Amino acid sequence: MSVLVYTESEGGKFKKTAFEVASYAKEVANMLSTTVTAVSVNVDDSSELGKYGVDKVLEIKNDKLSNFNAKAYADSLKQAAEKEGAKVVVVSSSADSKFLASMLAVHLNAGYASNVVSLPESASPFTVKRSAFTNKAFNITEITTDIKLIGLSNNAFGLKEASGAAAAEGFEPSLSDEDFTVNVTSVDKATDKVSIADAEVVVSGGRGLKGPENWGMIEELADVLGAATACSKPVSDMGWRPHGEHVGQTGKPVATNLYIAIGISGAIQHLAGINSSKVKVVINNDPEAPFFKAADYGIVGDAFEVVPQLIEKLKEFKANNA
Amino acid sequence: MKILVCISHVPDTTSKINFTEGDTKFDTNGVQFVINPNDEFGLTRAMWFKEKQGASVDVVNVGGVETEPTLRKALAIGADNAIRVNTEATDGFYVSKQLAKIVQDGGYDLVIAGRESIDYNGGMVPGMLATLIGANFVNTCIGLEVEGDTATAIREIDGGKETSTAKLPLVIGGQKGLVEESDLRIPNMRGIMMARKKPLTVVEPVETTPETKVVKFEKPAPKGEVTLVSPDNVGQLVELLHNEAKAI
Repeated sequence: MSVLVYTESEGGKFKKTAFEVASYAKEVANMLSTTVTAVSVNVDDSSELGKYGVDKVLEIKNDKLSNFNAKAYADSLKQAAEKEGAKVVVVSSSADSKFLASMLAVHLNAGYASNVVSLPESASPFTVKRSAFTNKAFNITEITTDIKLIGLSNNAFGLKEASGAAAAEGFEPSLSDEDFTVNVTSVDKATDKVSIADAEVVVSGGRGLKGPENWGMIEELADVLGAATACSKPVSDMGWRPHGEHVGQTGKPVATNLYIAIGISGAIQHLAGINSSKVKVVINNDPEAPFFKAADYGIVGDAFEVVPQLIEKLKEFKANNA
Repeated sequence: MKILVCISHVPDTTSKINFTEGDTKFDTNGVQFVINPNDEFGLTRAMWFKEKQGASVDVVNVGGVETEPTLRKALAIGADNAIRVNTEATDGFYVSKQLAKIVQDGGYDLVIAGRESIDYNGGMVPGMLATLIGANFVNTCIGLEVEGDTATAIREIDGGKETSTAKLPLVIGGQKGLVEESDLRIPNMRGIMMARKKPLTVVEPVETTPETKVVKFEKPAPKGEVTLVSPDNVGQLVELLHNEAKAI
């Protein structure tokens, strides 16, 4: 039995999403009166997972897995799930986890629900709520297979501490050359910047900023908030900002605690992409901009005047609350 | 090289989303359907392989007769043949099984699917399909080159990108970046005329049991009014975000 959870790491340390999926797995395990087993790959110390309700950690340590490899990781998780007799497997919604999840589903003959936003509505039948139509709606999905695979939306559940200790156990999946047929030749990753997927706060700029040369204040605001930067579709289409920053229906979805939109009018496709963010702020000089209907807080004003003031006020706030 | 592009027939990105029959069915009333944007980037990239490397390009959709105009549009953009698997696309696994049969029968070297459809956002089909047919798989693909039997693919990762190489057969989950938005093609009159004469083959589904089913749809709760802060009092926003929203 048991609930299996894949706890992602980077550079030997767990990512925040690892603690979120662990917290979620714990609650699912409580519903099913069972325990949680986590799988970690090349993590130095996995004991921290105990704080989030994990009972046991299968620690994989293998140099061949030092770079993420979806096929080999999916195969490893399959073997871990079989060893534990897991009936429910939980993964995050990171790019890597989404990459491996559909492969893992086939390996385990598991029905897979992605973008799940809350705990199962019921355990029998096993139903979960997931977002669809790019956050314009939800659907309640029943997973009808014996083994269930859940992809949890980032920041949908949050962290829940539980008292407990995770017992570490070495695990060596048997991997062959067949697992390494897609070979990573280079990784290009900004290590000094917060990625949109991992960010608690996202600061996003639109056409209202008039040109790429004006992004300095967006980056400064993001810096003060420890935020990731993002942009609207026209901005990425015009090449002002890289594609990877485009959020919206055909770009990245954003499910963050705080989303600040500057000079973005709020086209339906953009709003769909950011809808599951918890608190939305808009700064725009057009009071008729549709974003004001979707936002929690708004300032009708010139971004070039408001943003520098906001940066100052946030710096003061940080100095006083340090 | 034989390329298959998987096409989802989805509501236009500007569509208002509503449900009928006690919130169990998507309301198609007044909705314009289009080629799934993630698939359209892939289709356009496939056209490049056709024109520059002499590849053949077929398109496939799993769906009812109502999806044929979307397949015809793909033919008008330049695909050679269209295939429609005549069944309702019930879940990602079911669709993947149908596509697996098409890929095996057609002997395709490269399958280009979108990383997800913009309606159900399942993001399952490319990876499931690749695993079912034993092909290599690269998801969230933003760049693709093929030389001989080897592909070089660029994948978007959280906070950057990653380049990898893999032998064909390969399935990719594609998205914007495979080609630029400005490279997308609007079918011209000649393309539309030619598309009418191109083959659109209807095949019957293989028997498979879906693994998930949608029980009910829900719309998000209506949102409250926006709280406006004066541009002369920006400090109030910081206060509200801290004390009320608890977001900072």
